[in-house]
Amino acid sequence: MAATPKQPVAFSGLGPLNGPMSGLLTWVDQRFPLMSLWRDHLAEYYAPKNFNFWYYFGSLAMLVLVLQIATGIFLTMHYKPDAAQAFASVEYIMRDVPGGWLIRYLHSTGASAFFIVVYLHMFRGLMYGSYRKPRELIWIFGMLIYLCLMAEAFFGYLLPWGQMSYWGAQVIVNLFDALPVIGPDLSVWIRGDYVVSDATLNRFFAFHVIAIPLVLLGLVAAHIMALHEVGSNNPDGVEIKATKDAQGRPLDGIPFHPYYTVKDTLGAVVFLFAFCVIMFFIPEMGGYFLEYNNFIPADPLKTPPQIAPLWYFTPYYSILRAVTEDFVIWLALGVFAYMLLILFTARGCLVKLAAILAAPVVILLMKGPFAFEAKVWGVVLMGVATLIFFLLPWLDQSPVKSIRYKGPLTKWALGIFVVAFFILGYLGTLTVTEGRTLIAQIFTFVYFAFFLLMPWYTTMEKTQPEPARVTM
Amino acid sequence: MAEQDLDQGKRRFLVAATSVAGGVAAGAVAVPFVASMLPSERALAAGAPVEADISALAPGEMLTVEWRGKPVWIVRRTKEMLDSIKKSDDKVADPVSKKPQQPAYAKNEYRAVKPAYLVVVGICTHLGCAPVDKLKAQPEPFEATWQGGFYCPCHGSLFDLAGRVYKNKPAPDNLEVPPHKFLSETRILIGDDSKGA
Repeated sequence: MAATPKQPVAFSGLGPLNGPMSGLLTWVDQRFPLMSLWRDHLAEYYAPKNFNFWYYFGSLAMLVLVLQIATGIFLTMHYKPDAAQAFASVEYIMRDVPGGWLIRYLHSTGASAFFIVVYLHMFRGLMYGSYRKPRELIWIFGMLIYLCLMAEAFFGYLLPWGQMSYWGAQVIVNLFDALPVIGPDLSVWIRGDYVVSDATLNRFFAFHVIAIPLVLLGLVAAHIMALHEVGSNNPDGVEIKATKDAQGRPLDGIPFHPYYTVKDTLGAVVFLFAFCVIMFFIPEMGGYFLEYNNFIPADPLKTPPQIAPLWYFTPYYSILRAVTEDFVIWLALGVFAYMLLILFTARGCLVKLAAILAAPVVILLMKGPFAFEAKVWGVVLMGVATLIFFLLPWLDQSPVKSIRYKGPLTKWALGIFVVAFFILGYLGTLTVTEGRTLIAQIFTFVYFAFFLLMPWYTTMEKTQPEPARVTM
Repeated sequence: MAEQDLDQGKRRFLVAATSVAGGVAAGAVAVPFVASMLPSERALAAGAPVEADISALAPGEMLTVEWRGKPVWIVRRTKEMLDSIKKSDDKVADPVSKKPQQPAYAKNEYRAVKPAYLVVVGICTHLGCAPVDKLKAQPEPFEATWQGGFYCPCHGSLFDLAGRVYKNKPAPDNLEVPPHKFLSETRILIGDDSKGA
């Protein structure tokens, strides 16, 4: 079938362009969907006009992704993924490679910046209900990106082959060791050896520089395609596509380009300013962005006096440490109470059936004769703490999307959740004492209550009516 | 060919058969890739036994040797240290070493071949950190009535001077006693406990 000849390239409303490039653009456009991509994703992608501060972080995440890929490529030109040479090659980059220190600090500061930006981006979603129908898949792709990012950070952190690199990897890989039956073989398979060694470093390098980034890029594309399919949410949580003008354009929408490209450019400038201050003057951020122990070469025979992951993993690390033998009893009681709550107050037979079948099994595995050890539950709980975000689109049963129109229960719940996240995160940077473990255990309950009680508190509270149009 | 002439059943069968055959082929191709991540022959060969010379080890002191990339501790316990082990019976999770964390010949009160010498793998049974030796009996921030033993800095697990784990700590098991034997009064072979030559 012969291709339908496309018209000469024209920008909407401007008529055919007669500049020196229009001939070339037309030639390309007749062979590649250049102009339709431009229109669909930029010039005629209508975004709600009431985006606020919180809407900077999506584009900033893209900026940091590009920064990490660019700096990463240049770091691989000098880095050696070899247990005997890795630590020295990083020091070589820092001292002898012209500008190497800058590229390395851009990359290490960029890693923390990525998590700051992504956590703020996710918090925006939590506030404005951006995960609600029809945006469930955007949220799921986003969560998969978050998981990839955690994997990327974990694999990357082994590469400098310092003490924290080594022992952090040792602890995390041993998490898999805790799994029943397959655990020990699985962790040997992941390491390729009986302890973290050269084989482990070499494969983590492969995951960090090619495998995970490829998946990450694909997921970012899927995240944006899904977003542009259904359109952006906004701080009011109302659908701008519901009210359109005669040409079919949303009345509350403005073209992404130039309006939001300009706004995001401002955001990028402010962000890069703050980023550069940190990168040039406090790249270690007091041990939070680069841990001091990591400036000591890895020693397989000596664990540092205190092992703490980098700050972005500490909330989950706290949850892992909170699960002691005694705490499992409380977890079992929690599961039991949750089953009763579902049986007596939930609607829908399937949910009740699932609860009455699953809860006793879980409780028996916690405290029965075939119970798993406490450490297995620590690992399980840490996994569930990250994965439970996936369920948000279905846990939130509120008639409205945005926090602006939700009732006081949701506002309190979100506020307390953020506090719990920070406290768990802070505790994860400290050593263990009995008092701290108790606090971590309490806030572990708070963390999960935010998600698990959501179907109740979002339906019990009185919400305000959503407006028909966005407010500014 | 017109739509109504198509044999839909045959088409479905062919699609299903091709998918299944393709899936099996893809699964089979994955096997060598997955296998390539297992420990290599070189890593497997690195597990030879090591010999430790304990002639210079004074009572109450500790020595670390490397075996299969792991630290192995040899502690020469004093009379007081051995007594403290009895005292901590009610504090530890598995006082009689029920769990198979030691060879049969070390399944005893002191978890050792010779009571004076404790030989354990210095890797916390929780998540693989190396615990720190706190051999002296003195009040410690993590335990007011500390009898001496090992403290894991990662997640706060405690072990007594026989490598037995304290109750209600993240680590589930006692420290592992590796297979070992005394070659003479002053030499221990770690990683091999075969009788005879």
